[in-house]
Amino acid sequence: MEIYLDNAATTEVYPEVVALMTEIMRNDYGNPSSMHRKGVEAERYLKTAAAQIAAVLKTEEKNIYFTSGGTESNNWALKGAAFANRRAGMHIITTPIEHAAVSEPLRYLEGQGFEITKVPVDCTGTVNPEDIKNAVRGDTILVSVMAVNNEIGSVQPVAEIGHAIKEANPRTLFHVDAIQAFAKLPICPSRDKIDMLSASGHKIHGPKGSGILYIGKGVKIDPLILGGGQQKGYRSGTDNVPGAAGMALAAQMMAGRMQENRDHMMMLRERLIKNLSEMENVVIHGQTLPEGAPHIVNASFCGVRSEVLLHSLEEKEIYVSSGSACSSHKRAGSPTLTACGCSKAEMESSVRFSFCETTRPEDIDQTAEAIGELLPLLRKYSRH
Amino acid sequence: MFHAFLIKYSEIGIKGKNRYLFEDALIEQIKRALARVEGEFTVSKESGRIFALAQGDYDFEGAVDALCRVFGISGICPVVILDDEGLEALGREVNNYITEVYQGKPMTFKILTRRARKSYPVNSMDVNAQIGAMVLFEHPELSVNVVDPEVYIHIEIRNRIYLYSEEIKGLGGLPLGTGGRAMLLLSGGIDSPVAGYMISRRGIGIDAVYFHAPPYTSERAKQKVVDLAKIVSQYTGKMKLHVINFTDIQLAIYDKCPHDELTIIMRRYMMRIAEHLAKEEGDLALITGESIGQVASQTMQSLSCTNAVCSLPVFRPLIAFDKQDIVEISQKIDTYETSILPFEDCCTIFVAKHPVTKPDLLRIEKSETKLEGAIEALVETAIMDHEVLEIDG
Repeated sequence: MEIYLDNAATTEVYPEVVALMTEIMRNDYGNPSSMHRKGVEAERYLKTAAAQIAAVLKTEEKNIYFTSGGTESNNWALKGAAFANRRAGMHIITTPIEHAAVSEPLRYLEGQGFEITKVPVDCTGTVNPEDIKNAVRGDTILVSVMAVNNEIGSVQPVAEIGHAIKEANPRTLFHVDAIQAFAKLPICPSRDKIDMLSASGHKIHGPKGSGILYIGKGVKIDPLILGGGQQKGYRSGTDNVPGAAGMALAAQMMAGRMQENRDHMMMLRERLIKNLSEMENVVIHGQTLPEGAPHIVNASFCGVRSEVLLHSLEEKEIYVSSGSACSSHKRAGSPTLTACGCSKAEMESSVRFSFCETTRPEDIDQTAEAIGELLPLLRKYSRH
Repeated sequence: MFHAFLIKYSEIGIKGKNRYLFEDALIEQIKRALARVEGEFTVSKESGRIFALAQGDYDFEGAVDALCRVFGISGICPVVILDDEGLEALGREVNNYITEVYQGKPMTFKILTRRARKSYPVNSMDVNAQIGAMVLFEHPELSVNVVDPEVYIHIEIRNRIYLYSEEIKGLGGLPLGTGGRAMLLLSGGIDSPVAGYMISRRGIGIDAVYFHAPPYTSERAKQKVVDLAKIVSQYTGKMKLHVINFTDIQLAIYDKCPHDELTIIMRRYMMRIAEHLAKEEGDLALITGESIGQVASQTMQSLSCTNAVCSLPVFRPLIAFDKQDIVEISQKIDTYETSILPFEDCCTIFVAKHPVTKPDLLRIEKSETKLEGAIEALVETAIMDHEVLEIDG
């Protein structure tokens, strides 16, 4: 039976979500912007979806905007807030371990004249809120920090960072890329002083092409996509009703059993780390137990190139990731592992395992066993 | 504004009695290329010229682009076809043509008339002179130069009148289907697609063989080769892509042979397998993208060691090319962007730090004897189990 341990790349869609989306696509396919009954029906799905997402974030539904996914949400938050607030300052703070959907828009903004400061992380991939606080200046308009790192699963102290930022400069906006955390870990924007938060549908058993941006009250942000004025003019384009409804249902289902999912996956994580730690020349990255996201384990199997181990496991129908799926076709070393101070040998041999609530302890044991068998053989035929 | 293309071909003209075979093959390829273009076309041969006539509206850019991928075409002339309404009317049409195409640009010209319909009342020389005078009157920015003009205005008088002056350079070479088929050793790199393209340009159909080594090479690396084969087949026509699982052979070589000879011995097995497949397909030669001295396995000594296992001729069209020249061709034929995608192929995964650059054939053959008894079955399995993909770009 196949063992899918690449849930940080994407997840299997819940059957309930597929059923709901099928129903919407086949019967309630109206455009919420239409005046007639078909449109009103469709709009009702959107409202429900916003309410479901808002409930997960413990906020009001008017703060939820639907997007095409995490990348769009991040682009919108960063570019939209930077350009809307450029008169107040041109300084933006981030970390070196952000996903490309944050680091690339910021690189673009740098080209547009903004100044970007990257606050370093420690060897576990964690940023210190004090360091962020010290970096905030009078002209700092925005800070962007991810909630959970997608490669090594390090959890950032977003609540402390949020409070630290507001202490240093109450006008500075705080954006959190919560794509690996949403509906998996408790996050509350109003409590944690988060002004904007990005989440994605397909990481939580929802559909691809769905995402949200939470925008807090009074946050000054320009729209990224202009057109027919949907979503109060902030995000134009015909509303993706099945996508929004599907993501929201998935979020509601995940959040409803957040604690038990966390406990289950934390048990899997402990189990895998324990298994791997017994092998020779294996380095586990990220925060040590019990810290760290429950669903991600990243390890280097020194002397075996990541892709080779990945494809060897693939032959046994075990699916893992070498680096993050979005960046594995780039040759450059992972920015996250680089920032954590990993050696080149560690980076070339790093593999990510990521779980979901249906991953079974047997899956973990079988995977560890397969790796244990493969390692001696793969190390024998390694490159000179 | 153009209604047709006059297709020029150079080398076919010298093929003596076989000429019609080459022309028919070229017409076949032109039809195949235009079949994918928006519009209806008829392709015909008329007194030593090939015309592609558009019936009604069509995609001009698309048609030119398609014709620019057909081997055997030296030039493509967009033609305006006119009804014969007398010399005065023809003069007006020529003037309109010049206005549209050259838009008041000063230049020298010459009218070149060809009277295929001899019943036309004015002879070629007089058409030249009279139309030339009308053009000069209407276009003061032009001047005549009969020795070395910048532009020749061609007027061909048939049942209708054909007018053209521009020639778009074609690929040259010979039409596909006139020279048999050959087997290309296709890797994911820059060189081998170019090598296949160059040999195919001489009218040769291509099949290809790719060696992959899972789990050391990925499904993506294979997909990249399929993508490359698709691009190449836009020029070379339908091809069979043979995919050989080479892992066990490679591991056996790694286990038994000196590591600095790995690449050479591996390549010798690739050539043996490629030749076997070529013979099964009825292909008459092998093609590789090798270039002298580019890497250790492509020194003259290495090439003669790999060559020694083949009885079919091995064509290496890039043998004297610099890398930069190869890159330029790959950019021109559009394989470059795909070739540089960073997936490892089986030639690089086990490469030694210091491979032999001047291998000795006797020593290599001696090393290979260590494989005897095991390798034969592995080769046989690799050939038996190989996958064949039909590629049609």
